Amino acid sequence: MRIAVLSGKGGTGKTLVSVNLAAASKESTYIDCDVEEPNGHLFFKPEGVQEEEISVKIVKVDNELCNGCRKCVDFCKFNALAYIKNKLIVFEDVCHSCGGCILVCPEKALTEKAKVIGKVQKGVSNEVTVLTGMLNTGEATGIPIIKKLLAENNPQADQLTFIDCPPGSACIVMESIKDADYCVLVAEPTLFGVHNLNMVFELVKLFNKPFGVVLNKCLDEENPAEKFCFENNIKILGRIPFDNELGSLNSNAEIAVNKNEKYRELFSFLLKTVAKEVRCNETTTNP
Amino acid sequence: MKIAIPVDEKTLESSVCVSFGRTPYFLIYDVETKESIFIENSAATSTGGAGIKAAQIIVDNKANVLLTPRLGENAADVLKPAEIKIYKKTTGSAKDNIDAFIASELLLLDEIHAGFHGHEGN
Amino acid sequence: MKQLLILSGKGGTGKTTIASAFIKLADAKAYADCDVDAPNLHLITGWNVEPKKTDYYGLPKAEINLELCTQCDQCRQNCRFGAIKAESHYKVDPFACEGCGFCAYVCPAEAITLVPAVAGELMLYSDREKVFSTAQLKMGSGNSGMLVTEVKKQMKSAEVDTGLAIIDGSPGIGCPVIASLSGVNMVLIVAEPSISGISDMERIINTAAKFGTKIAICINKYDTNIKNTKKIEEFCNKQGLPYIGSIPFDSNAVKAINKGQTIVDIDCTSGTAVKEVYHKTMNLLFEQGGG
Repeated sequence: MRIAVLSGKGGTGKTLVSVNLAAASKESTYIDCDVEEPNGHLFFKPEGVQEEEISVKIVKVDNELCNGCRKCVDFCKFNALAYIKNKLIVFEDVCHSCGGCILVCPEKALTEKAKVIGKVQKGVSNEVTVLTGMLNTGEATGIPIIKKLLAENNPQADQLTFIDCPPGSACIVMESIKDADYCVLVAEPTLFGVHNLNMVFELVKLFNKPFGVVLNKCLDEENPAEKFCFENNIKILGRIPFDNELGSLNSNAEIAVNKNEKYRELFSFLLKTVAKEVRCNETTTNP
Repeated sequence: MKIAIPVDEKTLESSVCVSFGRTPYFLIYDVETKESIFIENSAATSTGGAGIKAAQIIVDNKANVLLTPRLGENAADVLKPAEIKIYKKTTGSAKDNIDAFIASELLLLDEIHAGFHGHEGN
Repeated sequence: MKQLLILSGKGGTGKTTIASAFIKLADAKAYADCDVDAPNLHLITGWNVEPKKTDYYGLPKAEINLELCTQCDQCRQNCRFGAIKAESHYKVDPFACEGCGFCAYVCPAEAITLVPAVAGELMLYSDREKVFSTAQLKMGSGNSGMLVTEVKKQMKSAEVDTGLAIIDGSPGIGCPVIASLSGVNMVLIVAEPSISGISDMERIINTAAKFGTKIAICINKYDTNIKNTKKIEEFCNKQGLPYIGSIPFDSNAVKAINKGQTIVDIDCTSGTAVKEVYHKTMNLLFEQGGG
C-alpha cells in the first residue's frame, strides 16, 4: 500500500507526518520524493547506504559524420542545437532528451550520452527502508529521480510505503502521487495553508485518489483548515496539536515516536486510522 | 562589414532592446553599402533556448559584429566560434550606436552573464 | 531599479510573511510573487481592484486526430516521456507531454499536431502608482520557470517609476527558483533553525551563489531552537555571508496573516524585529560598490 503525504504549502509537516508514520509502522518503507530539498534522511540517519547516480540522456554529435543539413536544428523545439562554421553545437542544459534529433539525422551523426543529474540512496533505519532522492543543484527537473525512486520500491503486500512529496502541485508532485493508493494531505491552520490546501485538494480529485486530511499545529482557536474540510466534506484523519516539544524534537531531526511515548501513541493512532481508510478505499475502488 | 543590433522597432531611430535572446527584431546594417534590413526574431516566443536560436539567426545573416547591452553564456557559446565580435552598446538609438561603433568609441562586451538556461529572465 | 528576491530553500520558513512586511515598510511600488506554484502574497496585499488576467501558454502539447489515426503504435513506442496511451483509442496524456514533436514527426498518417496549451494564468494588479505581478501555474504543469519569467517581465513592463522591486520567491532549488534568480541584485535567504532548515538553506545558498548575486541571511522563528540558530550564525561567519538578523517566533504573526494583515500592521515582537532586518537589507542592497 503506497501512501503519499502532500500539502501544497511548504512547512506544514509532510516530513513530520511521513517520517513518524513510517517509524510507527512495522517494517515500512519511507521514500523522500522532495528531491530538491530532501530531509527525511536527516531524521532516519539510515545505515548501509547504497547509492546510485541518476542520469538523463543528452545528445552528442560526431562532426565527421555531420553533413550540415541542419534538419536537427530545425526540428529541436527547445533550441538546444546550433550550427556554426560547419560544426554542430549541442547545448546540454537545454536538451530535453526527447531523442527526436537523433531520428531526423540522415547521416546518423547524433547519438546519446549520459549526464548525471542526481542520485538515489537506499538504506535502513531500524525496520524502515529509507529511499532518498537528491537532485543536483542547478538541474531543472527531478522527475527522472522520482521515477527511479518509485520503481525501486517493491514492498511486500501488507507493508506500508510512505511517500514524502515535494510542496506544491506542479508536475513533480503529480509524478510522486501517480501510483499512490491513498493520499494524506497535511494542513496548517493559516490563511496561506488553506489556500494551498485547496490546490492539492483539486489535484487529488483530478487524479481520483482517495484522500484524507491531517490537521497539524492545531491551536484552540478557530482553524480555517478544519473549516475547509467541513465545508468540502473531507475526512479528517487526525489532529496534531501545536506542541513546543514536538516542534523542538522535529527541529533537531529527532523522530518523535522514538523519543516520547505520548507521540508514539499519537502517531500509532493516526496510523491505524490511515490504514483503515486505505483498506476501506481499496475495497471500494477495486471490487 | 555587417553590424547586428537587437531593436525594439524596425527603424534606425529605434531604441536598442534590453534583451538579446527575446528582442522582437534584429537590425542588420551593412557598413559599406549603408543598407539596413530588419529581421523578425523567431526566438522571442521560444519556451527555452532563446539565446541560442537568436544567435543562430545572427550567424545565418552573416553579421560580423554584434552591439548589445548584455549576452547570456549560451548565446556567447554560439557567437564565439562564429568569430562574431561582441560590443557593449551605449546610450541612444540603434543609429547612435552604429555611429559610435564606426568612430571606435564602443568597448568590447566582456561580461557574459550566467544566462537564463531555458528560463529567461530579466 | 534594484530587485530584491526573498528565498528560503525550505518551505514554510516565512518568505511571504517577511516579503509582505518589507513591501509595507518600503511602501514598495513594484512587487511580485514568483511562487507561481502556490502563490500567497495576494492574500495579504490588500488590492481591491480586479487584476488584469492573461493566459499563459507553456509548451505546446501533442494532440492526436482520431479520424486519421491508424493505430500503428509508432507514436507510443517512440515517446520518451510515456505520454501516449493506447486504451480504447490512442491519446496523449497532457501532463506527461513535453511538446518535443517526436510523435508528430514519426506519425505516418500525419495525425498528430502540436497545439498551444494553457499552463497557467498571469495576474497584474496596477494603479497609477504601483504594480503587483503574480501568477498561478495550472496544476500539474511543468515549465514553471517560464511562467516565473513572465511574472517578472509583467512587473517590469508596467514601468512604474521606482528604485526598488521586491520579489517573493518559491521554496526549493529547481526551475522556478533558478528563473527568479536571473537578474536580481540581492537575495535575502530566510532560514529556519531546524536541521532540515539548515540543510535546505545550504542548498539554496549553493544555487544562488552560481548566479553571483549578493546574498544575505536572516533567521525566522530563531527562538524555537537557539542551538541551531547559533549554528547558522557560525556558518554565515565561516562562509563570509552577511547575517543580518533574527526574528522571534510570534503567535501574533499568524493572527495578523489570517486577518489579511502584515506583521508590521500590528504591534508585535516579530514586527519589531523584521523592521531591523528590513533596514539592514536595504543598506546592503543600495550600498555602493557592491557586487
